[in-house]
Amino acid sequence: MAATDYLRKRFMPHIWCPGCGHGIVLNSLLRAIEKLGMEKNDVVMVSGIGCSSRIQGYTDFHTLHTLHGRALAFATGVKLAKPEVNVLVPMGDGDALAIGGNHFIHAARRNIDITAIIMNNSTYGMTGGQYSPTTACGDLASTAPYGTVGKPFDVVALARAAGATYIARTTTYHARAMTRILTDAIKHHGFSVVEILSQCPTYYGRENDRGDAVEMMEWYRDNTVAIKPDESGPINSACNGEEAPLPIGVFVNRSEPEYCDSYAKLVREKVLS
Amino acid sequence: MIQRFVFSGTGGQGVITAAIVLAEAALYYGELNAVQTQVYGPEARGGAARSDVIIADAEIWFPKVLEPNVAICLGQQAYDRFSGVVRPGGIIIVDSHNVRLQKTISSRQFQLPFHETVMTEYGTIQALNMCMLGALVRLIPIVSPDAMRQVISDRFDERFRQTNLSAFELGCNLVKESVRTF
Amino acid sequence: MSAPTRYAERKAEPNIRFLQGNEVCAEAAIYAGMRFFAGYPITPSTEIAERLSERLPQVGGTFIQMEDEIASLAAVIGASLTGLKSMTATSGPGFSLMQETLGYAIMTEVPCVIVDVQRGGPSTGLPTHSSQGDVMQVRWGTHGDHSIVCLTASNHQDLFEMVIDAFNIAETFRTPVVVLIDEVVAHMREQVRMPEEGEIALTERLVTAVPRDVDYHPYFPREDGRLPMSNFGGDHRYNVTGLVHDMWGFPSNKPNVADELIHHLIHKIENRKRMLVRHKEYNVDGAEIVLISYGATARSARHIMENRRAVGMAVGMIELQTLWPFPNELIRERCKDADYIVVVEMNMGQMVHQVEAAVDRPHRVFLSNRVDGAMITPNNIKNLIRVIQGKGV
Repeated sequence: MAATDYLRKRFMPHIWCPGCGHGIVLNSLLRAIEKLGMEKNDVVMVSGIGCSSRIQGYTDFHTLHTLHGRALAFATGVKLAKPEVNVLVPMGDGDALAIGGNHFIHAARRNIDITAIIMNNSTYGMTGGQYSPTTACGDLASTAPYGTVGKPFDVVALARAAGATYIARTTTYHARAMTRILTDAIKHHGFSVVEILSQCPTYYGRENDRGDAVEMMEWYRDNTVAIKPDESGPINSACNGEEAPLPIGVFVNRSEPEYCDSYAKLVREKVLS
Repeated sequence: MIQRFVFSGTGGQGVITAAIVLAEAALYYGELNAVQTQVYGPEARGGAARSDVIIADAEIWFPKVLEPNVAICLGQQAYDRFSGVVRPGGIIIVDSHNVRLQKTISSRQFQLPFHETVMTEYGTIQALNMCMLGALVRLIPIVSPDAMRQVISDRFDERFRQTNLSAFELGCNLVKESVRTF
Repeated sequence: MSAPTRYAERKAEPNIRFLQGNEVCAEAAIYAGMRFFAGYPITPSTEIAERLSERLPQVGGTFIQMEDEIASLAAVIGASLTGLKSMTATSGPGFSLMQETLGYAIMTEVPCVIVDVQRGGPSTGLPTHSSQGDVMQVRWGTHGDHSIVCLTASNHQDLFEMVIDAFNIAETFRTPVVVLIDEVVAHMREQVRMPEEGEIALTERLVTAVPRDVDYHPYFPREDGRLPMSNFGGDHRYNVTGLVHDMWGFPSNKPNVADELIHHLIHKIENRKRMLVRHKEYNVDGAEIVLISYGATARSARHIMENRRAVGMAVGMIELQTLWPFPNELIRERCKDADYIVVVEMNMGQMVHQVEAAVDRPHRVFLSNRVDGAMITPNNIKNLIRVIQGKGV
C-alpha cells in the first residue's frame, strides 16, 4: 500500500498553516506505517485537542478525537479492552505535558503498549500562540509579552524518569530519521515516546523572530547533535540565553514487562489457577 | 418485634465487625430482617467508632438508630454519649475495664470484664468484640449462639477462626441468665 | 407476639446476601455484563472499586485504577467503544472532575455507567457523611445543551435492578447513565436477593449488520432511533469526536448538522420518558399529604408515612427512581388532589424546584431537608407536616 493510501483525501486540504511542521510528521508517520506493512484496520489513533490532534482526522484508521490532554487516558481504555490493536497517540506539547501531563507520566509508568508522539512546537497554535510547557525561558508568546518565566520541560528526561521504555527525539528537518524512529517506536512493545520538534512559523516563529519555516528547520539542522543510544542531555532549558546543541536520536530502548501482558499474567496466575 | 442496637467504642475494637456478625446471624439463621449502618471517621484506627444494627420481623425503613434498645459501650466516651438515650426498658452493656458506670442511669446496666477476659486468655484485645457478642446473645437471646458460631466460622479464615470462636464462648460464659427486652 | 412469617423462608433462599450498597453496585454491574471498570479511590464510593478489583478478573473482565477521575471516565469511554460494557464510580469531587468527559460521552453517544455516591459538599465537604447535593450537577454539570439519564434507589434490591437498568438504558440509547446514590445507601448493609442468571433481562449492544469495510455510519439512527455500533478497532473505520459531527462522525460546522445533532441528543431521551421513568408509590390515591422522595431519604419518608397512617392521617408517598428525565407529567397527575406536597431531600432544595414546576398550584409544595450530614429522620418530616398543618411541633 502506498503511504498516501492511508490518507482520508476527501478532508484535504488540511487545516495546518503554510510552513507548519505537522504535515511532515504526518508524512513520516504514514511512511513508517507503510514500512511496517500495517493494515488500516490494525491501527487505532487517539488524539486530544490542538493543531497536532487534527492529524487523526486525516488518516484512514480507527480514529478517536478526544478531549484536551486526555488522549492517553482514552487510549489506555482502548488498549486494555482490546490489547491486539496498535494504538498511536499524536499530541501537542501543551496537550501532552500541561493539561495532560499527569496522564503522560502515568501511561509511561505503566509501560502500556502505546506510541506517544509529541509534536513539540513550543506553543499553543490553535488558540493563537500562548506559551506552553516547552517554551524556552525568555521566549515571547501571546501570553508572555515580556518573555516566558520558568523553565521548559525536557520531554526526554521527563519520559525517562516516568519509566517509558522507548524514548527518542527528532525534528521535522530529519524527516527520514523520523520515519525510522517512528517505525521502531510503533514496533516497540511498551510505552514509547517520540518527541518531534515541529516548527510553528505562524506564532512561535513570528513572535520570536525565528524567520520562516525554512529558517526554523535550518535552526533544527544547525542546533542539534545526534547522540549514541542511551545518552541524554538537556533541552535548551538553561535560563541564561546560551543554548547548547540539542541532542537527538534514541535515548532509551529497553524491554520491560508491558502493562496489558502483566495484567493478563497476574490474572492467569492469581485468579484463574 | 424490633430491636435497635448501638455498638460503640474506639476504632480497632471491632465494633463494626461485631455489628455485622450479629446482623448476619439474624438474617441468615434467625429468620429475621436486619439492617446495619456505621458512622465513619477518617481514622481507620483510634477515634470514635459506631455501628448501628436494627433487627426486626418486618421491613426496616429508617436505618439509623437514634434511641437504642441495647447500647454496647466499649469506652467511656461511648458510654457517656449513649447511656442517656437508651429506650425505656433497654439495657446497656459496658466493658468494666474501660467504663465507669453512672448511678443515675435508669436502664439496666451490665458491666462485664471483656477486656480482662481476652487479655488473660490471649494477651491481646483482638477478639474482644467476639467475647462481647457471646455475652450479648446470652443476655438478649434474639439470635441463637449456634447461629453466631456459624457466622463467625464463615467470616474468618482459619488463622483467626478458632480464636474468635473461643472468645465468643468466653463471652457466653460471662453471663449467667438472659434478660428479654422484647 | 405473632411468629415472624415474612422472613420465615430465609433458609430456603441461598441467594440472600447481606451486603453494602456499594457491593451491590459492583455485583449488579457484573450481573449486567459489565467487564471494564476504571476508577479512582474516593470516599464514600471506594468499596465499589475494591470489590470490582477482585471480582472482575474472576469473570474475565478488566479493572484499572487510573491516575484521577478524568482519566477513569476517559478510559471507560475508550473501553466501551471497543465493545465492553464499562463503568466507573466516584463521589462529588470526582464527579465534578468528570463533567467534561461526561459531556464527551453524551456527544459521542458512548454507552457507559457512572455511579456517583453523594457526600456532603461543596468541595471536600463531608467525605464520610451523606447528602443529596449532586442532583442538579448530574443534570446540568457538563456544559452545553444535553439530556441525561439518572437512576437512584433507596434499598439494595431496587439498587441491584437499577444498576442493571442503567446498563440496559445505556446500551439501548447509546448514552451515559448516572446511578446516583448517597452515602447512607452506599455504606448500609441489608439483605439483597441475588437474581439467578437469566432472571433479569439484559440489553446487549446493538451491533451493525454492515459488512466489514463497507461504509458504516456510526451516527445514522435507524427508524426506531437506535444507532447500531461497530466495535471500535474492529471491522469498520470511523471517526469519533466531541466536535459537532455528521453521520460518519466527522466534524462539521454546518448549522443544519449541529441543529439535528443537538435535537437528536435531547429528543432521544426526553421523548422516551415512558420507557425511562421508574417510580414507586404508596397510598397516593386519597392522600391529603403526598411525600416525594428518592434514595436514602425515601426510607425516612416511608417510615413516617406508615407511622402517620397508623394514627389515621391520609399520607401517601411517591418514591422517584428515575431522577432524570424528570417525570413532570406523572408528578402533576398524581399530586393533583393533594392538599400538601412535601419533598424530602438532603440538600437546600434541588428536586423541590422540579416538583414546583411540574404541579398545578405550586404553593402546595414544601421542602423537608437537612444539610448537616446526618440522615433526615422521620421526626424531622413529621415536625414539618405539623407546622404545615398549623399544629405545634
